[in-house]
Amino acid sequence: MNIPTSNKKELKNVTSQVFKASRRDFLKMGGLLAGGFVLGVNFFGCNEKGEKITSIAPNVYLQITSTGEVIIITHRSEMGQGIRTSLPLIVADELGAEWSKVRIVQAEGDEKKYGSQNTDGSFSVRMFYKPMREAGAIAKLLFMQAAAKQWQVPVAECDTAAGKVVHRRSGKSIEFGKLVTTAQTLPIPNVKDIKLKERQQFTMIGKATPIVDLHDIVSGTAVFGIDTVVENMKIAVIKRCPVLGGKVKSYNDKETLAVPGVLKVIPIKGGDIPPTIEKPLSGVAVIAENTWAAIKGRDLLDVTWDLGEHATYDSAQQLEELSKEILKKGTIRRNRGDFDRAKVEAKKVIEHTYIAPYLAHGTIEPPNALAVVKNGKCEVWAPTQHPQGARDAVANALGMPADEVKVNITLLGGGFGRKSKPDFIVEAALLAQESGLPIKVQWTREDDLHHDFFHALSVQRITATIDQNNQISGWNHHIAYPSISATFDTSVLQPADGELGQGASDFPYDVPAVKVETHDAKAHLRIGWLRSVRNIPQVFAIATMLDELAEARGLDPVKQALELLGDDRAITFDDEIVDGKYGNYGEDISVYPWETGRMKKVIEKVAQEANWGRKLPAGSGLGFAAHKSFLTYVACIVEVKVGPDNKISIPHVHYAVDCGTAVNIDRIKSQFEGGAQFSASIALKSEITVKEGAVVQNNFDSYQIVRMPEAPQQIHVHIIESEDKPTGVGEPPVPPFTPALCNAIYAATGKRIYKLPIDLKG
Amino acid sequence: MANYSIQVNDKTYEVDVMDDMPLLWVLRDVLGLRGTKYGCGKALCGACTVHLDGTAIRSCSFAISAVGKGKITTIEGISANGDHPVQQAWEQYIVPQCGYCQTGQIMNAVALLKSNPQPSEQEIEQAMQGNLCRCGTYNRIKAAILSVAKA
Repeated sequence: MNIPTSNKKELKNVTSQVFKASRRDFLKMGGLLAGGFVLGVNFFGCNEKGEKITSIAPNVYLQITSTGEVIIITHRSEMGQGIRTSLPLIVADELGAEWSKVRIVQAEGDEKKYGSQNTDGSFSVRMFYKPMREAGAIAKLLFMQAAAKQWQVPVAECDTAAGKVVHRRSGKSIEFGKLVTTAQTLPIPNVKDIKLKERQQFTMIGKATPIVDLHDIVSGTAVFGIDTVVENMKIAVIKRCPVLGGKVKSYNDKETLAVPGVLKVIPIKGGDIPPTIEKPLSGVAVIAENTWAAIKGRDLLDVTWDLGEHATYDSAQQLEELSKEILKKGTIRRNRGDFDRAKVEAKKVIEHTYIAPYLAHGTIEPPNALAVVKNGKCEVWAPTQHPQGARDAVANALGMPADEVKVNITLLGGGFGRKSKPDFIVEAALLAQESGLPIKVQWTREDDLHHDFFHALSVQRITATIDQNNQISGWNHHIAYPSISATFDTSVLQPADGELGQGASDFPYDVPAVKVETHDAKAHLRIGWLRSVRNIPQVFAIATMLDELAEARGLDPVKQALELLGDDRAITFDDEIVDGKYGNYGEDISVYPWETGRMKKVIEKVAQEANWGRKLPAGSGLGFAAHKSFLTYVACIVEVKVGPDNKISIPHVHYAVDCGTAVNIDRIKSQFEGGAQFSASIALKSEITVKEGAVVQNNFDSYQIVRMPEAPQQIHVHIIESEDKPTGVGEPPVPPFTPALCNAIYAATGKRIYKLPIDLKG
Repeated sequence: MANYSIQVNDKTYEVDVMDDMPLLWVLRDVLGLRGTKYGCGKALCGACTVHLDGTAIRSCSFAISAVGKGKITTIEGISANGDHPVQQAWEQYIVPQCGYCQTGQIMNAVALLKSNPQPSEQEIEQAMQGNLCRCGTYNRIKAAILSVAKA
């Protein structure tokens, strides 16, 4: 989730308009074959202010060649979520294409051609499902018209399947490729004349389709950022200031330059405060013939730093300070009813402080980028989630118009939000400009963990009250963490609405008094967004407190959740949000409402599938949590086994998910399988700490993520059948797993978890 | 700098590199065999796994000077068309998400199955624990290995 620059350039209520690409358009496109029939698809809709955007340039091109090959240019970044497969399959299904004859070409980063390509916030399918279907259906109608003309039959008697137009009555069929010449002469049908497939007619949507890059990946030929090469390319490894805002004072590169293969040493100006996501950190780059020489040369650099204002920062100390701060009154951000009165009248008050650490993304492919600057132009190859952001940032840094910068998108060896920040691409561009050489900047793992855009540490306090009738009467949630916004504006000391709207200000339960308060927390690192963002700590606190409340009330936590959601209805939050608005992940809440009925359905489903309530042997337990994020409803039940040595194993995880129409069942399942593992790392292993302004952890020995022996073993994903609009699946699995695990550990051991990562010995 | 003659995927290569250059960078930067990935540089993640005489090693932490006459096999060398039974199993179970760590996972799995053709689930977990996957494909990896073991 991109905050606060979130979805700025994204469109809403998107529809498509298909047109025949001109020869000029055609020549501009990389990856298309000569000849054949090219359709451009314009997506248009409304911007965030609701103003209609009527003409943006084509987002996607679709080519059908005379040999029947279907080429689809995909404009979203692939980082393991399967989007290079899921979007094209929507077009192909509606068109009636033969999937084996579909080829996917990755678009370069170009807003004029493709509209926004910012791939985060779990919304590629959400945004492009309908227009992709319309594009396929328009092409289909065109081919049916061409065939009908040839056969002299009514268009209505034609259909398409497996790359052919078929005439049902006569049994005649003809391949798309043979209709290309005729189709080219026909006017493009209007979107209102097309008929989309009925659900039962889908051949691919709602089924399991292997990812298009599968064979390249397993045979080692898939090209990630790190694998790009151009002639005469040199490698740069950079020594960056270990403290945010610190700067190079002086350096000695004598030993560095003596390393065979080291060519140059170039200082990089940077280290500005606020850091933003596009400016480089201050450092010294070592340019070498190969990566090893660059690493060795970098290690031998002797740099003296001016460490700046964050040089004494200590994360443990900040957690202590924030733990005191949240005992005070904060800034009220949501208010319903009278919490103070509820507290006075309560029969029982439960109050706890919840602590969660900084986290690093730790994509297994560390950041890297290749740049060539020549004749006033720059070309970049990079694993980027946000190619246009990269393009603008590079243009800005080099002082050239954005039109002169070309960004080629490779496969991403993991993204999780890290690779939507273009800082590492700007480094490559600056060094290429300065050195006059094609430069690939390679981050080492240590660089990645020391200089990430971190998921912020957090301290929260929840006070919940139970009244004389055993009802939950009040909920007071205090929150303190450095905001992502501080990365752009250091005057921001409290969470943004968009951050609170990830679980805290959209607390959906029917409690008469709800008060959410926030506190100042200064940012001392670059703070960024990591897969599911603030949902992680906020839902950890909320869902473990709810479990504790159920116990205090003598209720089953699943029954309590169903009861607290109340009648089936759409709920809103804006009336209660103080001086702000509920973000709803960038969507209009009237189009994507918060529906209690859908949440109840996933809760009932997961309880049934996991056989909730069953007896388990001593040392084992079941835990439950439910949470809506990125517009997707998720309920999770974790089964845990805690050994006498406190060893935690997780034999089963059950998820029930309502993500609207399911496009690629297999990739939804794989996102949930991976989401559970990602969350298991957060719950059990991962923690970044800071001493004297610098990150303590260096590599995967000290910054740990789950390994196979401790990974959740069987992850069962139950998808609710739905014809509703599709919603995100990349991030929603992450938030509920961790609290469900904590609740399971309580059921197994009687130990409540208030601090992440979980330490049962503590 | 020194000259080394190394055997990679049944071919002999002459390279002139620093003695301490890890095999990983020789493969990637010098020989252009980029299916082997960099992940940590400290033998902690397994993305760089290759075989030395059939045994899995972490090429990021294995100096060129230590290779000697040993036969190196990389992902490019385990099959002609990416159709080794383990690679086929990976496709059947649609194991990869981003895919970055998978060549290392596959190389480690191939070495495991060579030394232990019928591993138990627990043996698989132990043998694969040095290979990290941030996308979280562990269970499909396990299923794919088990399917080859049964075949």
